[in-house]
Amino acid sequence: MTLPIAGQTDAGKAAEATVSDVVIRFAGDSGDGMQLTGTQFTNTSALIGNDLSTLPDFPAEIRAPAGTLPGVSAFQVRIADHDIHTPGDAPDVLVAMNPAALKANLRDLRDNGVIIVNTDEFTPRNLKRAGYESNPLEDDSLNAFRLYRVALTTMTRRALEESELDVRSKDRCKNFLALGMIYWLFSRPLEPTIDWLRVKFRRRPEIAEANVKVMKAGWNFCDITDAFQVRYDVEPAKLEPGTYRSIHGNSALAIGLVAASRRSGLPLFLGAYPITPASDVLHELATYKHFGVTTYQAEDEIAAVCAAIGASFGGNLGVSCSSGPGIALKAEGINLAVMVELPLVICDIQRGGPSTGLPTKTEQADLLQVMFGRNNESPVPVIAASSPANCFDTALEAVRMATAYMTPVILLSDGYIANGAEPWRIPQVEELPYLRVDFHQNAEGFMPYMRDEQTLARPWAIPGTPGLEHRIGGLEKEDVTGNVNYEPENHDHMVRLRAEKVARIVNDIPDLEVEGPQSGKLLVLGWGSTLGAITGAVNQARADGLTVSRAHLWHINPFPRNLGDVLDRFERVLVPEMNLGQLALLLRARYLKDIETYSKVEGKPFTRDEILHRIEQMTGESNQR
Amino acid sequence: MNTTEAPPLTRKDFQSDQEVRWCPGCGDYAILSAVQQVFPELGIPREKFVIVSGIGCSSRFPYYMNTYGFHSIHGRAPAVATGIKMTRPDLDVWVVTGDGDALSIGGNHLIHTLRRNVNLKILLFNNRVYGLTKGQYSPTSELGKRTKSTPHGSVDFPFNPLNIAIGAGATFVARSVDIFMPHLKAVLKRAAEHKGSAFVEVMQNCNIYNDKAFAALTDKTGRQQNGLYLEHGKPLVFGDNKDKGLRFTGTDFEVIELGNGKSEDDCLVWDEEHANPSLAFQMASISTGDGLGDFPVPLGVLRAVDAPTYDAGVIDQIDELTTARPQTLDQLIHGTDTWTVDAGGNVHRGAN
Repeated sequence: MTLPIAGQTDAGKAAEATVSDVVIRFAGDSGDGMQLTGTQFTNTSALIGNDLSTLPDFPAEIRAPAGTLPGVSAFQVRIADHDIHTPGDAPDVLVAMNPAALKANLRDLRDNGVIIVNTDEFTPRNLKRAGYESNPLEDDSLNAFRLYRVALTTMTRRALEESELDVRSKDRCKNFLALGMIYWLFSRPLEPTIDWLRVKFRRRPEIAEANVKVMKAGWNFCDITDAFQVRYDVEPAKLEPGTYRSIHGNSALAIGLVAASRRSGLPLFLGAYPITPASDVLHELATYKHFGVTTYQAEDEIAAVCAAIGASFGGNLGVSCSSGPGIALKAEGINLAVMVELPLVICDIQRGGPSTGLPTKTEQADLLQVMFGRNNESPVPVIAASSPANCFDTALEAVRMATAYMTPVILLSDGYIANGAEPWRIPQVEELPYLRVDFHQNAEGFMPYMRDEQTLARPWAIPGTPGLEHRIGGLEKEDVTGNVNYEPENHDHMVRLRAEKVARIVNDIPDLEVEGPQSGKLLVLGWGSTLGAITGAVNQARADGLTVSRAHLWHINPFPRNLGDVLDRFERVLVPEMNLGQLALLLRARYLKDIETYSKVEGKPFTRDEILHRIEQMTGESNQR
Repeated sequence: MNTTEAPPLTRKDFQSDQEVRWCPGCGDYAILSAVQQVFPELGIPREKFVIVSGIGCSSRFPYYMNTYGFHSIHGRAPAVATGIKMTRPDLDVWVVTGDGDALSIGGNHLIHTLRRNVNLKILLFNNRVYGLTKGQYSPTSELGKRTKSTPHGSVDFPFNPLNIAIGAGATFVARSVDIFMPHLKAVLKRAAEHKGSAFVEVMQNCNIYNDKAFAALTDKTGRQQNGLYLEHGKPLVFGDNKDKGLRFTGTDFEVIELGNGKSEDDCLVWDEEHANPSLAFQMASISTGDGLGDFPVPLGVLRAVDAPTYDAGVIDQIDELTTARPQTLDQLIHGTDTWTVDAGGNVHRGAN
């Protein structure tokens, strides 16, 4: 929404206006602390009770040359007094810490949007670095916006005149001056950030206090000058009663894995190798050793998955976490787990590719890799998380499938939901799925490849159990005995059996639910992180009077039992995907149904409006028919 | 109390019901027999043994041992074994690998496992050739070797496995020979008793693709003439009648003839516990292992030092933190910053 320029006025004070929804983007150099600033604003807004959604956008380089376009790091946050699904299509407010940040982000800004710039950085040198021929603060190029010129660096130094910090350290506080201003502008309390600073820098209180001082200076600057004519507020969202926290996808995934470990009674073992954007799962689980979690930073991706398989053999919950390039390296290891039929969860936090690609950007193009990117017939269940909070439930469901069916399971997430945050209604522990696992104990009649009649799972017999000594491995096994066997009939039987075992998972997963009319002209079907944009678009289309239904896949292998029926009930099916049509390919092959792909492969998530326009176009077309 | 002591384990207890499928005459049979003889002597219940292998002739080993076994994928056995040992310290985990498996495709896992000092026993059967893929040269094949993949002779410089292990920081490094049964058993036993990564190179004859690779060492005369049997605290003497020795000049080893005023006192006294690994490295370097050079082939324990193990370090941290930071799953899920929406839609900071 556009921020109003007028509001209720008390004498001598800025006008106040309540808005239902605002999108703010903090942008600066990658060393300017924009991710941190955005996260603080997000957390404070969460504590106020707003619904929120975030979109961090940072370069692959840790510190690209200062002041250049490739070095710009941005953090977008949307807060609202109602249920929202995306971080917003266009910012209402842009905080630009230098010319490059302005240049890189201006095109996204809403007309008449607010720009706050740090004038100290608009030097001829920085303007040139950003590719500006003339100073945009002095020509007419920003006339369509509400521009606020603030000497952030000068004001920061002035606020810290008495501090003993060196100039460089003082200057590093300037993002908190901007944060203080934005807190004032949107009527947020400073206390949560002050509390956070004092904990974060408990060993360096002079840093904490400098930042507190600068943030208050930013707030006071707005309060006592008439820098802004209007001040805004966003009231709490009417969320379902309950206790909430703000959560990132990778964090929800890590906590979900710990929860699965507790609910199954299996100690958690994570084998991982650092890779963007998956490393945070390793970082976070490394802090949960007090839950019996073992984290292993292996020498490479292959060792990471192989160690996890070893841990599973020993009776742990073996997990490996990576991104596309790492998953490619793990392929042979995953196939070993397919062959030896041990539980294993492999998390693929997808990023732009192929090859090294766009490490910090998002994409959904590993679907076919995880389905088919291994030698020979290699059936592996696949499940995809659809939002930051949903990563928690998805972790539990992946572990359930892995242990109940004695199989590796692939969990798909992506950079967008991994780094994005949203409020999460915290579940009661006792409501979480019960995943109790019993190891095989009885030596009588034991055979390593005997099977459960229903699930076809083989027994999990762990080393150390007397009388169950047995050998497993990557060579083809004879069913039941587990002996190495090269007979043609046995191999054919085993290939079909492994496929059937995974296919039978369909028996205990939920049917696909259609939201909206159960049949009709148009179904928008999604998977993974497109959920927010699709939901927002479909809701808006309905509000605009269009008839459209929506469904979102969680389990991708196997598909829910009713998926074929659902597809048949609609004349047209639109699948928006951040790839060139990978789910569509699977659906066409499986159901012989024509699917219309809406592709976007820009390293950025779909905006709500992009999908909305496609829906409008398609419903318009069908009305014309 | 009525306790019945389980009868002691025998060699037979470690023989599996699987038909052994190595080529007749393969050195692997002798190694299998040695391991099956040593395991019952270790005082460890059979169900506590796990043998992990990669791919290659040697890696079929687990199938023939009646223990828990895992025949994994090419080169990755140390990684699988590390995952087992980190999570199941109660198990006695052995890795069986070959020169191609451990030093070529799996070189990275080998060096990092040794560097970490994971409490694993690693047996590298070195036959200096790829057997299972039918005769290509391996990373330990000598220069000039003619094989199917090097028809004009190899120009690929070989590794010395002992030097790889010592260079990677292994805390136990030893070498024996497939058919030197008493020596091999003694070395295996020493490896079993070592706390930390124990690396044992077993020189093994492949009578199909690389027959007599170690003949100069293993034939009747070679055993004494060309074998240097290292013993901790003993001078380095060798030869038919112990008539030769190794002197350390300060920079190099040199062979000396004993007698004529030179005695054992002139020879270096072997110290496998020497803190600096450079001496063991230099010892490993005197011979490529085939017994054809000017120097004898060092056999036995080159290095055995005490050091903390990685697996114990990992487990100690977990144990310590589990006691020091009790937290419920509920607390973990809540995190530090929560807010509560009550039935009336009012929002306040904190839980309930």
